[in-house]
Amino acid sequence: MDLSMKWLSDFVDVSDKSIKDFCYDMTMSGSKVEGYTPEGKDITNVVVGQVLSVVPHDNSDHLVVCQVDVGTERLQIVTGAQNVNSGNYVPVALNNSTVLHDGKPVKIKNGKLRGVESNGMLCSLEELGLTVHDFPYAIEDGIFILGDDCDKTLGKEIKEAIGFNDTTVEFEITSNRPDCLSVLGLAREAAATYGIKRTLKEPSYKGIDGNIEDELSVEIKNPKLCSRYIAGIVKNVKIEPSPRWMRERLRASGVRPINNFVDITNYVMLEYGQPMHAFDLRYVNGNSIIIRNAKQGEKIVTLDGEERTLSEEMLVIADKDKPVAVAGIMGGEYSGIMSDTTTVVFEAACFDGASVRRTAKKLGMRSDASARFEKGLSPKNCYPAIMRAFELVEELGAGEVYNTIIDRDCSQVSENPVEFDSEWINSFLGTDIPESDMIEYLKRLDFEVRDGKCYAPYVRIDIACKADIAEEVARIYGYNNIPSTLLKGVAEARRTPEQRFIKSVQSSMVSMGLNEIETYSFISPKYFDRISLDGDSRLRDAVTITNPLGEDTSVMRTTIIPSMCETLARNYNYRNMKASLFELGNEYIKTQDGKLPNEPVRLCIGMYDSNGETDFYSLKGIIEELLNVISITEYDVELAGTSCAFDEYRAFHPGRVAVLKKNDVEFGIFGELHPSVLENYDIGTRTYIAKLNVPEMMALADAEKTYKPLPKYPAATRDLSLVCDDKMPVASLEKAIKSAVGKTLEKVTLFDVYKGEQIERGKKSVSYSITMRSHEGTLTDEQADAAMKRILKSLKELGAELRA
Amino acid sequence: MKDALLKIKELAADELLKVNDTKALEELRVKFLGKKGELTSILKQMGKLSAEERPVIGQLANQVRAEIEESITNRVKEIKAMTLEKKLKDEELDVTLPGTKATIGKLHPLNIVLNEIEEIFMGMGFDVVDGPEVEYDYYNFEALNLPADHPARDTQDTFYITDNILLRTQTSSVQVHVMEEKKPPLRIISPGRVYRSDAVDATHSPLFHQIEGLVVDKGITMSDLVGTLELLMKRLYGDDCKIRLRPHHFPFTEPSAEVDVMCFNCGGKGCSMCKDEGYIELLGAGMVHPKVLANCGIDPEVYSGFAFGLGLERIVMRRYGINDMRLLFENDLRFLNQF
Repeated sequence: MDLSMKWLSDFVDVSDKSIKDFCYDMTMSGSKVEGYTPEGKDITNVVVGQVLSVVPHDNSDHLVVCQVDVGTERLQIVTGAQNVNSGNYVPVALNNSTVLHDGKPVKIKNGKLRGVESNGMLCSLEELGLTVHDFPYAIEDGIFILGDDCDKTLGKEIKEAIGFNDTTVEFEITSNRPDCLSVLGLAREAAATYGIKRTLKEPSYKGIDGNIEDELSVEIKNPKLCSRYIAGIVKNVKIEPSPRWMRERLRASGVRPINNFVDITNYVMLEYGQPMHAFDLRYVNGNSIIIRNAKQGEKIVTLDGEERTLSEEMLVIADKDKPVAVAGIMGGEYSGIMSDTTTVVFEAACFDGASVRRTAKKLGMRSDASARFEKGLSPKNCYPAIMRAFELVEELGAGEVYNTIIDRDCSQVSENPVEFDSEWINSFLGTDIPESDMIEYLKRLDFEVRDGKCYAPYVRIDIACKADIAEEVARIYGYNNIPSTLLKGVAEARRTPEQRFIKSVQSSMVSMGLNEIETYSFISPKYFDRISLDGDSRLRDAVTITNPLGEDTSVMRTTIIPSMCETLARNYNYRNMKASLFELGNEYIKTQDGKLPNEPVRLCIGMYDSNGETDFYSLKGIIEELLNVISITEYDVELAGTSCAFDEYRAFHPGRVAVLKKNDVEFGIFGELHPSVLENYDIGTRTYIAKLNVPEMMALADAEKTYKPLPKYPAATRDLSLVCDDKMPVASLEKAIKSAVGKTLEKVTLFDVYKGEQIERGKKSVSYSITMRSHEGTLTDEQADAAMKRILKSLKELGAELRA
Repeated sequence: MKDALLKIKELAADELLKVNDTKALEELRVKFLGKKGELTSILKQMGKLSAEERPVIGQLANQVRAEIEESITNRVKEIKAMTLEKKLKDEELDVTLPGTKATIGKLHPLNIVLNEIEEIFMGMGFDVVDGPEVEYDYYNFEALNLPADHPARDTQDTFYITDNILLRTQTSSVQVHVMEEKKPPLRIISPGRVYRSDAVDATHSPLFHQIEGLVVDKGITMSDLVGTLELLMKRLYGDDCKIRLRPHHFPFTEPSAEVDVMCFNCGGKGCSMCKDEGYIELLGAGMVHPKVLANCGIDPEVYSGFAFGLGLERIVMRRYGINDMRLLFENDLRFLNQF
């Protein structure tokens, strides 16, 4: 809402406040000011002058030389405009003045034009930042010749002389306060803020005799959506521009002046917050106004020239044949006020907010009227508003108003007082405000307090409970006068096991040198192709946003891997030589239709190193250490295949991808990205990705860590080099070693894998260091050797031989 | 014999001075004191001595041995010290050479600050609660006093999945879950992702993070809200930090407030960073609307509460002077490594 300060001064006098203070104080009492703009702030040093003579320029066909009286002196000014005559009063930009050129401020200085001295400039409307809407008698491309509605004192500051010196204050009005989308509403707030008097005048008009019912009928077919409709008639209208003061105020309020009748409806809307409408009676067929639901498919061309197709739930104002306006939103093009209109019908009505909102949304058509209606207006506001319109018609001499109106009032507005309990308010706010002060604050806001009840003014549709009254009191008392207290009582906070688990995963990742990332939860369905997901993978069945910003963010990710790939690709593209990243983020997995998806947490790790210092085993090492930290032991690592629980395995190099498994639960997958996936992402180096399912890991982790006593007896260590088939996973060798030694086994460490010259083709050599220890006594050589024999025996069964 | 012994002693002393390493020293020790050493060979001749001479010479021989041993030990110490000194000297480094790179990862800046905020609230007894991001309309809007066609819905452009399932636009949805599941007293915060249909630019993102706070108990007042927020801001920004409350409107709180924090740049005087306001808008808050309490089965005549919602990105950007929100989600390592 743009408020004209001149307009406000009709009702309250805030002239003793600086504009900055006014904005601040209004904000702090609840009417938030976004900013303020003094009109013509870029126009300086421009004054009223009178042209004394105009003679042609010696060296130019299109320039003329004017002598101009600016009160204090006479100036010679050269201009190219053709509309200047001697005797004209004009805006004169003096030496060192600023005016606008193409909307930007420019400096004007004395100079010469084609050899003739020119000491200033005569200005057009545009150069002052105005249009012909502001001064309808002026021409667009020529000097602004001041009319009789301007102050023609020579040398007078131009902004003052032509009434271009208002200040507009821009308010951000919240949706619960449609009453503040009006000058009167903001005047009420200003008066309450400062505790100052407000000058209010009930609108009145003389009118002429005439029975409106003879010329017009009004019928409300749907009183639920239209609770009140008031119509009035103005005869013998004279359509012309409205006077300067009205044009000025509309301009300062951001509304373009059109003609007196349109301007009056806008003026009343801005002043009272009540949208108005004016029809030409000629175009109301059958002289009947019917407020009804539209017929399915019914069409109307609205004032903006667009044809709109209506549907049944929409409310229209119709004559006997066709809709003439979409109720509360916009009038029809054909029934609007034209230059030859002779009889005008004024409408002030109250429409259901939700219905206006739905219709405006569906038609994609918002207006100042709909913006007010959809927040909910009081039907009581219609009457004073239409009275004000009549008053203005007479004041402007724009026509003759019938002294009768049609008022169809189906509203059932009951007084709905709210309990007033000063003690409760103080205990709720934590304040100690005397009851008399509270009543005073409420009175300033036009509330009435009697018999322990509080009666809000009818425009305050937002007041419904005692907390609302507390807010009114608090904001006038001043939010910042509310004391600051600490919560009483003790409360103990602790993280849930899930939160603790995630924190420990997070800190493990960081301590292993990985950087955390945060990526969008929504992705493009195309990303499924990029990671080579099977066409029929269930991961493609994603939660889909019906109104996405774009395809790239249109489905909720069912796999976290594409987000990581994208991030790695971006870093690679930015020439970051290496990256080790992790994300703890959700996936969104559909459940049943109409139900919410699951949102399981995943740990995703992604790494590359352009220098080749990262490989499969670097990633595996990180995972192993993580699992150690979070106490997952005795898990298996297997080469992933088509039977793998993770559909994303297709994204990986088929020979370098593993699943992590424990108790038949596959809780993670990791490996090197498939070359074709790398190509899809334009990553030019081997890249490693892991995805681990956090809830599964949590379930598999040993709940408690218990201390194992430090060894008392020395360990026996034996090294072992084996030769086995190249394809044999070392995990199976380790498993055999473990079960062969039994409980005295402390550690099996693989320290070498060798393929090459001394080894038969298709075979590899694997070397282990085996540590055995008993907690009962020192192991003898015999015991250790016996264990080694058992190992060799079971390895032999696997096909692994002692290396010669 | 006595002379011979004294001579050995002198000879040993002389040779010791020439010895500079432990190996030569050992040879020297063997030469003089070993089984076949000079001293031993002299002592072998003891049998030839008279009974009177024998104890005298014996004592002298022992004395000579002890002295030689002591000087060898001393010499050992000297040589060790010399060797060490030389070694240390040889090992001198150019301490100005750069260190070998050690790597520790970094948390994302959003989580660095989130952790801090969680710690502050946990210290005040607030539990940390999670809630679903894909949410029913009821929890995101309706239960929060935003029925269908409520004009305030316009201020939050919503991504819809179906007519009644959406991406939550605010963490306030968690308030409803918490109040439905637990009875007062309640003290919780709920951080998480929220979604709004805003095109990406330097200050907007369709996905961002909020931290919701909720306290419900008997006798909770608006002054408690002021005190809690003041404490939070002092912890976050230092004891000099001041906050300011402005009346505002949220359908789920009454009274409602927007909370500004004093500009860190100018200390409230007004500068370009705070657009000459002296304060910067930081969060929304208010007393839980009685309708919301009632919707969740909590009697507003018995209980009252306050709620607030912080935008995490805004705090993080302010903290580190980040001027473009997109950086937070691009995850460029050159950016991530700075925190």
